[in-house]
Amino acid sequence: MNYYITYFIVAIGLFSFSAFFALFGVYAERKISAFIQDRLGPTETGKFGSLQTLADIMKMIQKELIIPAAADKWLFMLAPAVIFIAVYMGFAALPWGPGLIPSKINLGIYYIFAIISIETLGILMAGWGSNNKYSILGAMRSAAQIISYEIPAGFAIISVVMIAQTLDLQAVAMQQGVLSPEKIKFAGILDVTATGGFLSWNIFRAPHLIIAFVIYFIASLAESNRAPFDIPEAESELVAGFHTEFTGIRFALVFLAEYSMMFLVSMIGVILFLGAWNTPFPNIGPVHLADGTTNMWWGIFWITLKTLGLVAIQMWIRWTLPRFRVDQLMNLCWKVLTPLSFLCMLISGVWRVWLM
Amino acid sequence: MFKRTINGFKTAWKGLSLTVKHLFANNSARKITTVSDSNYFKQLEKGTNTIQYPKQQLPVPEIGRYQLDVEMDDCIVCDLCAKVCPVDCIDIEAIKATEAIGQTSDGTTKRLYAAKFDIDMAKCMYCGLCTIVCPTECIVMTNQYDKTVFELSDLVYEFSDMPPEVAAEKRALFDKQQAEKQAAKLAAMQKKEGGE
Repeated sequence: MNYYITYFIVAIGLFSFSAFFALFGVYAERKISAFIQDRLGPTETGKFGSLQTLADIMKMIQKELIIPAAADKWLFMLAPAVIFIAVYMGFAALPWGPGLIPSKINLGIYYIFAIISIETLGILMAGWGSNNKYSILGAMRSAAQIISYEIPAGFAIISVVMIAQTLDLQAVAMQQGVLSPEKIKFAGILDVTATGGFLSWNIFRAPHLIIAFVIYFIASLAESNRAPFDIPEAESELVAGFHTEFTGIRFALVFLAEYSMMFLVSMIGVILFLGAWNTPFPNIGPVHLADGTTNMWWGIFWITLKTLGLVAIQMWIRWTLPRFRVDQLMNLCWKVLTPLSFLCMLISGVWRVWLM
Repeated sequence: MFKRTINGFKTAWKGLSLTVKHLFANNSARKITTVSDSNYFKQLEKGTNTIQYPKQQLPVPEIGRYQLDVEMDDCIVCDLCAKVCPVDCIDIEAIKATEAIGQTSDGTTKRLYAAKFDIDMAKCMYCGLCTIVCPTECIVMTNQYDKTVFELSDLVYEFSDMPPEVAAEKRALFDKQQAEKQAAKLAAMQKKEGGE
């Protein structure tokens, strides 16, 4: 019985975390975009406008839920829930620290990749259900884009999995620090099992994973429909894309899903490539920096810090680069990223056989 | 392909470094200077550019072309401003006085009461023609530009302070005088006719 209570607490905890992160993320995004464009951003609500997003969500909750007369009622109502739940369930298999993981399943990364593809279904439901030409165009673009970019992202992930030899994210995380059960070599040469720190992160264990990481990062931008890959909601062409017709709390759910997705893909990137919850400080001779900064609380701190760093880079990119055209998008995916990720996979195989 | 990829990263980095420079260059808020300041455009290149409007205001020239204002003591109710107005936003109703009722500050004799002098600022296009034609220079444009109101009808500014009863009284007085004159004229004519 206590088992189930724990489950509920974990689920509610994850939900409140993603909701809190969405509030913080929207505020951060508005401030960052403002400063990049020499503006001030929200300043009036609360100190430095910090309560602005809270006020926004209060407004959203009070708004009327409008279902357009021509909409497909059931698809329209279910879509935001499907979009959000798909992303939210992805959080279940992500490790936060040594021994701290909501659900320790040995298929971790496979499960996450499977469950977040359901989001496409939700977006298609939203687009089709709205019965609006802009929505359906946005949804079609989104589906095409997400399905295409899952291929380079998938192969980039496979090249990590080939190095790590496991799909369990907690095991992948464990391998990249001082707690590693097996021998780690920096760049395939130097034994750093006892040193840990950033030297044992996956991108330094096998340097070709830097390319895999860049590929994964670009593909993850596309998968979370972020600029420069935001053609599904291209404001200048499609009003707001697939969520044009949504109001009130349904719209808020779509937004929540977008920001949770940003955090989720960044966190997967951190776990697979940037040492998960491991500290960046190595043990240097008698100074045991790595041992001192590796435990559950430090784990939560490090993984949050690294993930927020990646999220900040996502925002930075959004407010710098202009939107891709559809053909450029597909060119980049199929002619550049996919071959490169194949190459990474190939190198991973060779690396595993000859250098590890 | 390889060259293009490198080029793509290079150009992307160029843009990214530009934006990050702006992201961290926002340590100073905007200082309020007039447009005529020689440093005006240079200071926009660093720091944030937002003017926090109600708290900060850009100075405008003292004789700006904003809100219209009428000095009723100097108005001779000639109706020229209403006639020249391209959008007909000035509405004047004049009542003739029975005698000269005073002088304006530049010495022109006033012979008309203004029963109504309304300017609809919602219609006004701020061309300033009315201020040019005014013979006594009683209608001027001021430097007041923030005249936000909650009702559209609040944008109609009434400059005449004459209550309707007084206006009716003045009108009656003038009519009476006219009637008296008419009567006197008639009497004189009859007398003339009778005299022949």
